[in-house]
Amino acid sequence: MTAHQQSAPDTPAYLALRKRLASRNRGLRDKTTSLSEAIATIRDGDHVAIGGNTFSRTPFAAVWEIVRQKKKHLTVSRSITSTEGDFLLAGDCVDKYMTSWFSQGIVWGLSRVMRDYVENGKVTYEEWSHMSLGMMYRAAAMGIPFMPTRVMMGSTMPDALVTKLETMSCPYTGDPLLLLPALYPNVALIHVQRADKFGNAQYDGLPFMDADIAMAADRVILTTEKIIDNDEIRQAPDHTKIPFMAVDAVVEVPYGAAPHECAGCYDPFYKRMDDYADFTRRNGLAGALDYMREHIFEPRDWNAFLAKIGVEARG
Amino acid sequence: MGKHQATDAYTTSELLSVMCSRVMRDGLIIFAGVGVPLLGATLAQRLNAPSLTILFEGGIIGPFIQPGRLPPSTNEMRTAEKANMLLSPTDVLALLQRGYVDIGFIGGAQIDQYGNVNSSYLGDHRQPSTRLPGSGGGNDIASLAETIVIMPHEKKRFVETVDFITSPGYVAGGQSRAKCGLIAGGVLKVITNLCVFDCHPQTRRLSVSALHPGVKIDAVLDNMGFRPDIPDNIVVSEPPSLEELSILRGIDPTRMYLK
Repeated sequence: MTAHQQSAPDTPAYLALRKRLASRNRGLRDKTTSLSEAIATIRDGDHVAIGGNTFSRTPFAAVWEIVRQKKKHLTVSRSITSTEGDFLLAGDCVDKYMTSWFSQGIVWGLSRVMRDYVENGKVTYEEWSHMSLGMMYRAAAMGIPFMPTRVMMGSTMPDALVTKLETMSCPYTGDPLLLLPALYPNVALIHVQRADKFGNAQYDGLPFMDADIAMAADRVILTTEKIIDNDEIRQAPDHTKIPFMAVDAVVEVPYGAAPHECAGCYDPFYKRMDDYADFTRRNGLAGALDYMREHIFEPRDWNAFLAKIGVEARG
Repeated sequence: MGKHQATDAYTTSELLSVMCSRVMRDGLIIFAGVGVPLLGATLAQRLNAPSLTILFEGGIIGPFIQPGRLPPSTNEMRTAEKANMLLSPTDVLALLQRGYVDIGFIGGAQIDQYGNVNSSYLGDHRQPSTRLPGSGGGNDIASLAETIVIMPHEKKRFVETVDFITSPGYVAGGQSRAKCGLIAGGVLKVITNLCVFDCHPQTRRLSVSALHPGVKIDAVLDNMGFRPDIPDNIVVSEPPSLEELSILRGIDPTRMYLK
């Protein structure tokens, strides 16, 4: 890979962003759809932000469907990347990956797939600090163009980005600050424990960056373990973390985060994650592609994938 | 290993965990990863620091991890065991920026004479020989907190200049850290399986402050790619006690991290 050119972030103009938001049907309407129809709305070249973190509340079914539909040239962002990153890279879906960390998990070691793609220059890889990505989503969620922070300065990280970062002295205190550009995804993929048909989403356990990602994105595809009645939402509105007006599609997908965990519903399926790691440990990228053929492309549908890895879907 | 083993029978990660636990005084707020620092913190909580508070970048405030249930990641529900509060990673990392954290712990693949840590790329980042997992919250911790680096004492890891600064220590030494914009925090200690370093108050180079029991200074120097400062007042650390080792082994009975 040759030395890259850095350029200013392609932050959309504020009025264009507002126009995009205004064009969405944000009313209280039934948004339920199928997994394949929801993912079909993602266009090649979109920036897709993934909710959850590492192997917690990963919208795994949604990612699995993206790979099946062979989406191309995506920018993918997720603060900490696990198994799903391997599949998106090996599925040739991604032109640019933005993350702070990439491995199925510490105990499984380095990702052979990620190493193959980055070391051979097959993907534009941007490493940000964990907080930086969070602040970039938050700036977008707040409708401001950047967030000042006190991190990433003094490191080599800004030099290795394709995004050119700016610094400034605080006009009030004189403190040196790094200006993180707002990150506006085209699509956010979020998986939750429960939501109603309008898209009011409630989740338990670690909240991760999901609420910021949802408010930052142009469109939100929500998968949920269970669709509940709007009356139940209105009985506990303080538990709603993403409001209906930010959501565009609602898909009921039991075990939609498997083999990762969904707090209160199921723990991580560590053995199944070991199984995948065995494929890449033996054969690297080719092993990942073998696994993907058997587990992503061959199964008839998501439930067939669950059956294949030995997880019984409810109902 | 039996309970009645002599105290010089311990593994590298057991020694590191014990040394780590000893800096964790009661009442401190620490920011930890899941390996040695978590073992050290969990040991300290059970031994003499019951009100030690652990923060994890996954968004967890004040968990109390149960023996045998060590998490394999800082970002999953096992790390939330008996926690006081769950936040987003953005908000828990912002507590570092606000100044709530007394000590942050990080690791990495390489460390240099000024305590800069690399966990991103081996070789030139434009054409790396190895792409590593990356910063995670490492850069945030190193930028914003007094930091302790845990590092296996190996020549390939202790290099004069790291290939890539993921988590800045004292950058190019002297006042350079502050000049880069990092006006708080810095490397407090580097703990290895052979010794403990701190940083010289002016030059900010690594300086040997304590040798682990039975370790000669030559072993420290032979396993480094540069020569650290060697002051006259180097102390020898107390060896891990039977009590420390016994509790530690109970915390990780399947030896997930106690390699």
